[in-house]
This record gives sequence, C-alpha cells and structure tokens, in this order.
Amino acid sequence: MPKLVSHPDEVKIVTRRFGQGAAKIDKYIELGGYDSAKKCLAQGPDWIINEMKASNLRGRGGAGFPTGMKWSFVPKQIAKPKYVLVNGDESEPGTCKDHLIFLHDPHAVIEGTIIAGLAIGSKLGFIYLRGEYRYLLEIMEKAVADAYAKGFLGKNIFGSETEFQIITQSGAGAYEVGEESALMESLEGKRGVPRIKPPFPAVVGLYGGPTVINNAETIATVPHVIAMGGEAYAAVGSPRNGGTRLFGVSGHVERPGVYELPMGYNLKKIVYDVAGGVRGGRKLKAVVPGGSSTPVLLPEEIESLGMDFDQVGKAGSMLGSGGVVVIDDQTCIVEFALRTISFYQHESCGWCIPCREGTDWLKKSLTRFHAGFGTAKDIDNIQYLAENMMGRTFCPLGDAAAMPTLGFVKKFRKEFEDHLNGKPCPFAKHTELAVV
Amino acid sequence: MSSETMTIFSPKVAARFDALVQKYPVKRSALVPMLLYAQDEVGYLSDAVIADVALRIGITELEVRNVATYYSMLRFKPAGKFNVQVCTNISCMLRGAYDLFDRFQDELGVGHKGVTPDGVFSLEEVECIGACCWAPAIQVNYDFHDNLTPDQVPAILDTYRGKAKAEGTAAHA
Repeated sequence: MPKLVSHPDEVKIVTRRFGQGAAKIDKYIELGGYDSAKKCLAQGPDWIINEMKASNLRGRGGAGFPTGMKWSFVPKQIAKPKYVLVNGDESEPGTCKDHLIFLHDPHAVIEGTIIAGLAIGSKLGFIYLRGEYRYLLEIMEKAVADAYAKGFLGKNIFGSETEFQIITQSGAGAYEVGEESALMESLEGKRGVPRIKPPFPAVVGLYGGPTVINNAETIATVPHVIAMGGEAYAAVGSPRNGGTRLFGVSGHVERPGVYELPMGYNLKKIVYDVAGGVRGGRKLKAVVPGGSSTPVLLPEEIESLGMDFDQVGKAGSMLGSGGVVVIDDQTCIVEFALRTISFYQHESCGWCIPCREGTDWLKKSLTRFHAGFGTAKDIDNIQYLAENMMGRTFCPLGDAAAMPTLGFVKKFRKEFEDHLNGKPCPFAKHTELAVV
Repeated sequence: MSSETMTIFSPKVAARFDALVQKYPVKRSALVPMLLYAQDEVGYLSDAVIADVALRIGITELEVRNVATYYSMLRFKPAGKFNVQVCTNISCMLRGAYDLFDRFQDELGVGHKGVTPDGVFSLEEVECIGACCWAPAIQVNYDFHDNLTPDQVPAILDTYRGKAKAEGTAAHA
C-alpha cells in the first residue's frame, strides 16, 4: 500500500480526504462530497465555466492549458454527442499522483467528471486508467456503481431531468496512450497512435464528437474549485497558476512521497525541507522537475525557482506532471540519460519517423557512449539528433524524448566527455542496461 | 454458430464479455479491455482467444492482432502463473531497482521475459508502473509491492509459491 506522507507547508485541497475512507460513498458524502455537482446542476454551464476560468486551474497532465478555457472551446449547439474523457493513463516516469487519487478519492474523479459534463452539455464520460492500475480500476468501478445506486449518475442525476453516464475503461500498457488523441484511438479499440491537430478534440474528438479530455488530477480538483469558489482557489497559487499541485518527489531524498503544495512553491524547499533533503547526507547533483520528459535542472537553478508553469518554463524546463526526481552526486548522468531515452524508445508508437528513428538512434548512441566506446563527435551527434526531433511529430512524445536528452548533454557535457575513448564509467555499476 | 455456443471462455468471463460489448456507443471500444481480461483467464492471447474476440467484436482476426501487438501488457505466449514485473525506470533505478532485478534473476534462475521450468514464475523488466514515490516497486500480476530491498525477494517469492501450491495448479503453462 503506498505510504501517505505529510508536511506542515502542505495546503491540502485535493488530498483533503486522503486516508479517511472516502472511497466509500457515504463517507465521501459526509465529507461534503457531491455538493459541488448539485450546485453546478442548479447554476448551469456558463456559471461553471466562469468559475473554472476564475480559478486559473491549469491542466495537471503536463501541458498546463487553462481548464476553463478548454471547456469553453466545446461548441454549444451541435448535433453530435459530446464526451468527457478522464485521462488516468498516468505513465510519465516520476509520476504517481493519480495513483493516490484513484485509491483514496475515486468519487472526486466521478464528481469532477459530472461537472465537466454539465459544463459542456455532455451525457457520457469515460474514465480511462492504465492497464497496470487494475486494483485502482476496481476501486473506480465500485465507486461508479455506488454513484449509480444513489442516483448521482444515470438518466436523471440527483433527481433532475439531466442525464449523465460514466464508463470506466482499462488500457493494456502504453505510455503513448496518455497523449489525448492516442487515448481516443485506444478508447475506440485501435492502436494508440496520435491524430493530427487541428481539428482539436474540443471540436472533433472521441467517435468524431466534441470532447473534453482532462488529466485525472485536474478532474479531481474541479469539485474543490466549485466548493471554494474560483477566485478563492486561484488565490492559493501564484499569478496565472491557480491552486495547489500534487508534487511526487522521488529518487534520492530522505522522505519521498506525494505532497500537495501551493503553485509557485520553491523547488529547493521541496527537495531540502519537504522531502527531507538528499538521502544519506550526499550532495545534490540535479533535479528533474516535472517527470522524465522535462529538462534537468542544476542545484543553482533551483535556488529561487517557484514551481509553477510559467516560472519553470522561464528556467528552461517544464512543470510537466509534477514528478520531481532528485539525483545525488553518486549518479552517472549518462546512465540516467540512457535509461530515460530507453523508455521513450520503448514507448514510441512508431507513427512519426523523427520520433521512431530518433529515439532509437539516441538509445544506440547513448548505449555505446555509456559503454565507453563513444567519440567526441557522438556528443554533438546526440545533440543534433535531439534537436531534429523537436516539433516534427504529431504528438509530444518526440519532444518528450528530445528535451531531456538536450538538457543532459548541454548541462553535463563534461561528464559525457569523461566517458570518452574507452574510459570506464566513473559511477555506474550497470555498464550494460538490460534491454527492455 | 453464435459466440455463446463457441466461446472458449468460462461462463463468468463470457457473460462479462456479453455485457462489455453492450456498454459502449461503439462495440469496438470493448476490444482493448476484452483482450486484457481474456489474457487474465487464458494466460496469453492464443489463436483461439484472438478468434473468439474477433467474433465478439465483429472485426477480423488480423485487426485484433494489429491492435493487440501495440499494447505492452498483452502477450502471445504463456507467462508464469505469477508474472514478476520489476520497474527499472528512473525513480526505481535511483533506489536500487537493478539490484532488485538481479536478485530476482538469481532466485528464479531466469532473465528478462524468462519463465521458470515449473511454470510458477516469469520475470520481466518493465517501464514505469506509477509507484515512483514508493520505489523501488514491482508488480506480481496486478499486485504492487513497494519500497523493496533485495533481501525481501525470497519472502515475496515464497508467498506466491505457497499460493501456487494451494491452488494446486503449478503446471499452469
């Protein structure tokens, strides 16, 4: 069972009901659950979207797109059915926040889905979980069944004339399906390859109908935004970055765990105060701020860095999925870069050639490099390859593989050079990584 | 021949599949979960499974294979009764996942994608399983075990060996 952690600086909004048995519907109701959905049913779509816009809630999947604006793009008058999709394919290395949401607060996901449905005029929502999360899918299925039994889902939700249904769905192992259009393909029973955009999902999405797709954390936040009021929620965070974020701190820290902190919270404090500092009294070497696809940051870069979408973006990285991976000074960055690219090579769906070939060649180059057979030219080649993947693919997986690689090469060039010409890796025990 | 009379699945799973194809606006949406549940029962996607699923969804076997080959959890040959999946991605790697994987290899005497001769275990190095903050973590079938050290490996394996014995179906594969 995943351990829950806590820290005095946390502002518990989304995690407020964690560890209180709120997976049981009666407990969830007792803790104020489903009041937000009832309120939204009474207030109507325009009011909901205005509250969401006022909240400055931005997509927690990684792109950080304003949720209220996303919802407002769905055409109001259209003959085709509209859909709400909840993306629980959580697969970005370093990210395990949705795991806890599904485990401790499944009804928040359901309630958020209902509210999204009311906002865009949809009658059907899907909650998609990665295949590995079977025990969490079972928790979600139970929660959905309980919500139907109470009349919160169905033809007449909360005794009204409004219909809203929810279907839970299991994936079967694919990082790529976490990309919104690939998720729709998967949900339509196909290979999870991305679609070209535009048209965007808000206009042509699942089954060709207008679709809102949000990350599970975003959706689980929605009932809290409604309960607090959009402005009050926005006030918790930093400018243009409303509320809190679930930061999953992992790697070489004393107290790894998922912590809910206000947007804009200092990254150095996350590493040293909240997560207890580097494990075993070692020195900090680098921090990956938002999941494995975000460029690495050096200790001096985190000093005064506030963790919100804009500030991390300015620092040359991304807030991403909020997965903070802490790396100590005994770690080989070349090995770390190789393990990262091995993942993207494995997960590239092969649809776009720059990503399919690029990830493969990056893995080959880095494997050779880490084994001590690299040449000085390889370093430039790695950079050249990565630069030429950027922006040349349907979906962001190509960028997700290229960006961190560029970061490692640029910021740790010296360490790459230390591996040149048959020199053994100064750190790693595993000179040959097993091929996944 | 209806799918009901020809099915290779147990009555319980067959009933579940009958419901599953009714659940979506488009029948084919049932395909990916159906393949995974079919694999849970049969152990892998055999030719018979693929034929049965194709009939239920109303698409060709080739289309089923085309989709199934995309998903990393789906397999086309048997695994052990208990499939040990060791995550070695970054967060787990930093906290000793490769030592853990080595220990599993030593204890089981098989490597990546290997199956033990008695068919009880198979071993797999897998990508991120979403347990980064409780690393290193593994999954045995769908069960998570987290915050592990190599010393815990024999006890974990013993637990599942006991389960295999209790069910009396060790020679699953």
